[in-house]
Amino acid sequence: MIKFLKLFNFSFLIFISFFSDSKTITIYPSADPYTEIQEALILANPGDIVHISEGFYKLEDSLSIDIDNLTLQGDGINKTILSFKNQMSGAQGLSVISDGVTLQDFAVEDAKGDAIKVKGVHGISFIRVRTEWTNGPDELNGAYGLYPVESKNVLIDSCVAIGASDAGIYVGQSENIIVKNSRAEFNVAGIEIENSYYADVFNNHAENNTGGILVFDLPDIPQQGGHHVRVFRNKSINNNTDNFAPEGNIVGEVPRGTGIIIQANSHVEIFENDIGGNDTVNIAIVTYGYETEDENYYPHPRAIQIHNNRFTKSGNNPDLETGELAKILYELSDKNMPDIFWDGILPMKQIIFGQPDNEKLILGDNGSATFLTINPIKYMLPIFNPVERDYDNYRGTITPLPEVKFSD
Amino acid sequence: MLCLLFFSYLDSSVYVKEDLIYQDKPPKKLSEYGFFQDMNNQKPSDGVLPYDLISPLFSDYADKLRFIYIPENEIATYKPNKVFDFPNGTALIKTFAYLNNYQNSNISKQLLETRLLIKKNNEWVNVSYVWNDEQNEAFLSIAGKTISTKFVNEFGDLIDVRYRVPNINQCKECHISNKKITPIGPKARNLNRDFEYFNGRMNQLTKWHNQGWIVDEINEKNMVDWSDKSSSLDAKARSYLDINCAHCHIEGGSADTSGLYLDYTENRKINLGIFKKPVATGRASNNLSYSIVPGEPKKSILLFRMESLDPGIMMPESGRALQHKEAIELINEWIKNL
Repeated sequence: MIKFLKLFNFSFLIFISFFSDSKTITIYPSADPYTEIQEALILANPGDIVHISEGFYKLEDSLSIDIDNLTLQGDGINKTILSFKNQMSGAQGLSVISDGVTLQDFAVEDAKGDAIKVKGVHGISFIRVRTEWTNGPDELNGAYGLYPVESKNVLIDSCVAIGASDAGIYVGQSENIIVKNSRAEFNVAGIEIENSYYADVFNNHAENNTGGILVFDLPDIPQQGGHHVRVFRNKSINNNTDNFAPEGNIVGEVPRGTGIIIQANSHVEIFENDIGGNDTVNIAIVTYGYETEDENYYPHPRAIQIHNNRFTKSGNNPDLETGELAKILYELSDKNMPDIFWDGILPMKQIIFGQPDNEKLILGDNGSATFLTINPIKYMLPIFNPVERDYDNYRGTITPLPEVKFSD
Repeated sequence: MLCLLFFSYLDSSVYVKEDLIYQDKPPKKLSEYGFFQDMNNQKPSDGVLPYDLISPLFSDYADKLRFIYIPENEIATYKPNKVFDFPNGTALIKTFAYLNNYQNSNISKQLLETRLLIKKNNEWVNVSYVWNDEQNEAFLSIAGKTISTKFVNEFGDLIDVRYRVPNINQCKECHISNKKITPIGPKARNLNRDFEYFNGRMNQLTKWHNQGWIVDEINEKNMVDWSDKSSSLDAKARSYLDINCAHCHIEGGSADTSGLYLDYTENRKINLGIFKKPVATGRASNNLSYSIVPGEPKKSILLFRMESLDPGIMMPESGRALQHKEAIELINEWIKNL
């Protein structure tokens, strides 16, 4: 009997501590929703849930989270709406700077700057979150929808990003990234992985952006040399919205009608995607096109593998107004735009002595996809035609990249 | 002798309650700490020294009354070009107010908020108090507050302002460095000048030394007052950018993602923004290509963002609802002459 009591007491304690460890604070629509939500986000304990019930919340200031392992939860992507249409101060809709936060089942609309910025955290999950500028594409919209940066272990699952004047889903200077089951529409860039290490981007739908999916690396910022990015089983189709990015931004160079662009980066594997209906080109692999004095920066793409994608027709109406890419390609291809384009630009040493095998572009089976690259030596000697279209020259054995795993 | 007695009598009336500094939960009322003998007149208690900075942060033309308390027999360690390493129990106390004390002002002073940075367990903690309408007490604030008010500027103009008391998280946006809260102002280079104490004028660092708070020899290049006509344009501009921008725009700061670093000691041109392309700037680029184009202030994103009042564009991101006109002129001149 005594034994039984002891056991009982013990499990009772566990029961108590289980519930006292994490509590749920529920917010309902009220006259001053900003103060209610922000106070809840500040006074919560690690592990707590702040639940914002269904409703349209008009907020004048930006919200922020600095409590580890907090969950901010709404009642649904179209039910709990945080509207920043009348925002008076704060550069984001919502910002997060603490580790292990989960954001789920709500929407951030019409933020004056970025919709949700997450900086410098270990662990962040966006689950069924929508960010949207409700007036459609406009250069006055905020730059990024979902914007984790300088973070580790980033999960974006079943989210929606609409109308960003830079990228709908943007992961920058981060490590261990999963972006899946999400939809990006009417952004300049649908999904962008920039200056990041180990990213899996899959089962997403990018449509009606200027460019569908971008894997970029830029100089002069703290983390660079992006590598190990897998883009697979996505749909990147009909990305034919005119570029509405404000000039000066790198995505302002993306021509309307681009499926996927890889700029700089190493070890990128693009496979089993459906790519088509893009007015300029389905896939472009390019070098960073500006001069930089950053000695640590490597501007050329390396070890890129493209295989088992399904292409439908692209390049029917290339954007000759934006950037150089489409214009050059249009002229070189004699108006016969390829599915896959590599600019062929290499460091001088490699132009002369050849590219190391482990850095070469490898094309696997891609159905009837067409290919075009530029031979840099012939390009410099105008008597030759520098255009090479022989797909088979780049055929090789695919070495699959490892799946992304979150680390401790 | 009489004078001494008088002061010791006054001093004993209110004293700092150190146990409240160490307490987990901050008190509801600012007066409880005992930092002030006279709350409304912001007269500090014994052991609390007023100070000011050579180059202060702009906060919508608010006046700032700064005070520091360091527990007895404790010292602050000098860190070259950094904030002093203050001992546990230190309180940095800053009251934001519109004093409206220009000659032709016909409205009375308004105390807005008092922010505390308190050091305990080797970490800084931030707490804010918002002043009541009676102006005799300030109450703990969690989510911040919007105060729509008016103030009189030095030209006698009545200015409307939507003054925003930041919430606890927003305080951190500026006060965070490598994930730790840190003060911004009290660096030796920003304190090294005279202050009018109640018992006479004295260099602030000398005063702190006499107080027994600092013992190290200090050797670094002073900041300059950005409004001081006798200083060089470059020193003024760099001092202004340092105190107004570099708490975020520094390696390890909130804006380090951009690679734009504006601290006083930065000397890499690209990191200072010269011909630096924007990274995640969005519409705040205003269709311009570089942070700073030497000789071309109108083509420089940095100046554009200082001028803007749009929350999605303006810099700093928080703490400003008005243009700092004099600083815009300064930075305009500086870029023109780069």
